[in-house]
Amino acid sequence: MDVFFNQAFAGLSMASILLMVALGLAIIYGAMGVINLAHGEFVMLGAYSAWLLQSYLGLGILASLPLIFLMVGLIGLAVERGVVRWLYHRPLDTILATWGIGIVLQQLVRMGVGSDSRYVARPTILDGNVAIGGVVMSNYRIFLVFFSLSVLAATWYLLTRTEFGTKLRAVIQNKEISECYGIRTDRIYALAFAYGAGLAGIAGALVTPLVSVTPGMGTYLVVDAFLVVIVGGVGSLLGTAVASGLVGEATALFSFLMNDTLGRVAVLLAIIMLIRFKPQGLFPDKVRR
Amino acid sequence: MKRRDFLKGVTATGAVGVAGFPGIWIKRQGAWAANGEIPVGVLFSLTGAVAVVESTLHDACMMAIEEINDNGGIHGMRLKPHVEDPASDPATFADRARRLVIRDRCVSVFGSYTSASRQAVLPVVEGRNNLYWYPTLYEGRECSRNVMYGGAVPNQQQQEFVPWLAENFGGRFYLIGNNYVYPREENNVCKIILDRIGGEPVHEEYVPMGHSDFSSVINRIRREQPDVIFCTLVGDSDVAFQRQFHAAGFDPDQLPVASLTRSEVEVKAIGGEAAAGHFSSAPYFMGHQSGENERFVEAYLRKYGQDQVTHFVSEAAYFQVYQFKAALEKLDPADITPEAIRDASVGLSITAPQGEVLIDENLHTHLWPKVAQWQSNGQAEVVLQSEERMAPEPYWAYEGQSCTGEGLVRG
Repeated sequence: MDVFFNQAFAGLSMASILLMVALGLAIIYGAMGVINLAHGEFVMLGAYSAWLLQSYLGLGILASLPLIFLMVGLIGLAVERGVVRWLYHRPLDTILATWGIGIVLQQLVRMGVGSDSRYVARPTILDGNVAIGGVVMSNYRIFLVFFSLSVLAATWYLLTRTEFGTKLRAVIQNKEISECYGIRTDRIYALAFAYGAGLAGIAGALVTPLVSVTPGMGTYLVVDAFLVVIVGGVGSLLGTAVASGLVGEATALFSFLMNDTLGRVAVLLAIIMLIRFKPQGLFPDKVRR
Repeated sequence: MKRRDFLKGVTATGAVGVAGFPGIWIKRQGAWAANGEIPVGVLFSLTGAVAVVESTLHDACMMAIEEINDNGGIHGMRLKPHVEDPASDPATFADRARRLVIRDRCVSVFGSYTSASRQAVLPVVEGRNNLYWYPTLYEGRECSRNVMYGGAVPNQQQQEFVPWLAENFGGRFYLIGNNYVYPREENNVCKIILDRIGGEPVHEEYVPMGHSDFSSVINRIRREQPDVIFCTLVGDSDVAFQRQFHAAGFDPDQLPVASLTRSEVEVKAIGGEAAAGHFSSAPYFMGHQSGENERFVEAYLRKYGQDQVTHFVSEAAYFQVYQFKAALEKLDPADITPEAIRDASVGLSITAPQGEVLIDENLHTHLWPKVAQWQSNGQAEVVLQSEERMAPEPYWAYEGQSCTGEGLVRG
């Protein structure tokens, strides 16, 4: 039984990381219909920002989170203003453009910082484990679960309880009519893109204690995040949350029953089946476009 | 056009062709090393996924070439490095190797980190009867007459390591590796040794390349309660695993991770604290005490920065250039061919940073296996030094097959 709970917690912890990466992706995809293939690189930039702030300013990961959010958000803003905004009426081209931006960002980091893996220290206050019976949970992973839930809550609040959120939802529903009501849609788009990028940055910073920080690290994380967005249904916060839980737990379950390689195959197969029967995802967008 | 004009035109074009591009008519039979230069290829990825490690091999190799040139070259001739960047892609490796061997007429090519890239280059160097100097430890089971293998094969890394682990920590091994040929071959060898000494592999598993979430693996380790984690994870997976393993609160004195692939490069990324107390087996560690190594490390850090590290593959990338030099010195400058270099290097012994290394007639290298324990400062402390140099047996796990001077012999 302990094994089961241990594994359930492992799934939860995977889900929390997925959720943070996928949230930014879901917002960008949901709001603008832009499939942001550079999202993994925003995650990577977040991780490198954490490394930068730690090794040059001596800031721990937790202390530097707001700064990282701003830094990566600004980079996101620059990408949106510089490239993506010219392509809103050509959604297919955004795939190519953002993919190219991703490669450029990766190579810039490789040339500027070097391609070897960087070390970011764990926050020492979150060292150690909590053991309940035979269930051992690392404090840091517990923290990640709660943090990702609060990021979800904050995003929900932003979208439903603030003026920016109301405008964003209006723009998602009908861009032209919103413009008629005096909403500056390009500004809304830019801010939403920057917010999504900032979230990716935070996610990148928070995974640094668990993985290896390299220029290519984002690629692995973002594939799963895409799966989450597709399973959850485009543009649905609830869908993203539920889907990351599902994908995380399914990965944990299958890799426990078989092994990590076959587990991954099983998860992908399950997702293909789901898409076959629910092409819109679990929580389809009810908005008419 | 009249027929006469046409013929005139053809003749004229032909004459211009012969005069203008004599190269296409004359088969190039010139000496391999001419004009005071010995062309060599340097084929390590500077971009792409494997560049993290391979660029350090490039650096070590180039440093050796520069040192040799600064000290008067070989027979008064300078080494002329032709550098290509194969971008971590095996197909590009083959293409660039072809370019180095055919267009640049290199007498030897130094290159590769991964087995995949070596195997892509193999048909090129074998077809052209050139020589490829490969510095990495690898899974063995290969016996080319055109590759000089500078790294350890499984028997050199494990023959002393596994019994020592079993004796000190117990014989129940948990085998984990990335899912490709190297970990599988190494684990084969490990299981054979465990079988002989009465140990037991309690679980064997492989995760995809680049896998970075090990919570399931750690839960399984908790359940199996092994004595030793025998780890052949590479690169990012190794870093992620070790950090998560440490965070899960295991005590290295009770359950050490014994790695065949972890070098100073990975430990730098893992962080000394999380790596401390665990073990690696390799012929070379940066902290190895020898005059030759002190000189090597000092020169390397001076050239590439104090925050750099040397490791067991970059050491081989470095000393292989010196093996190449020693072989050339045995030859008459007019006789330099890839084949002659190969024949001259068999039995050759030079002092490398790890100790005196010798090239076997099967073109692998006799090395000095060491077991080291990682310290919190990111350096390794050698805890077990092999009494004698160990001979390479790339077919150790395969009874009835052995790699000899005549190639692979069965029976």
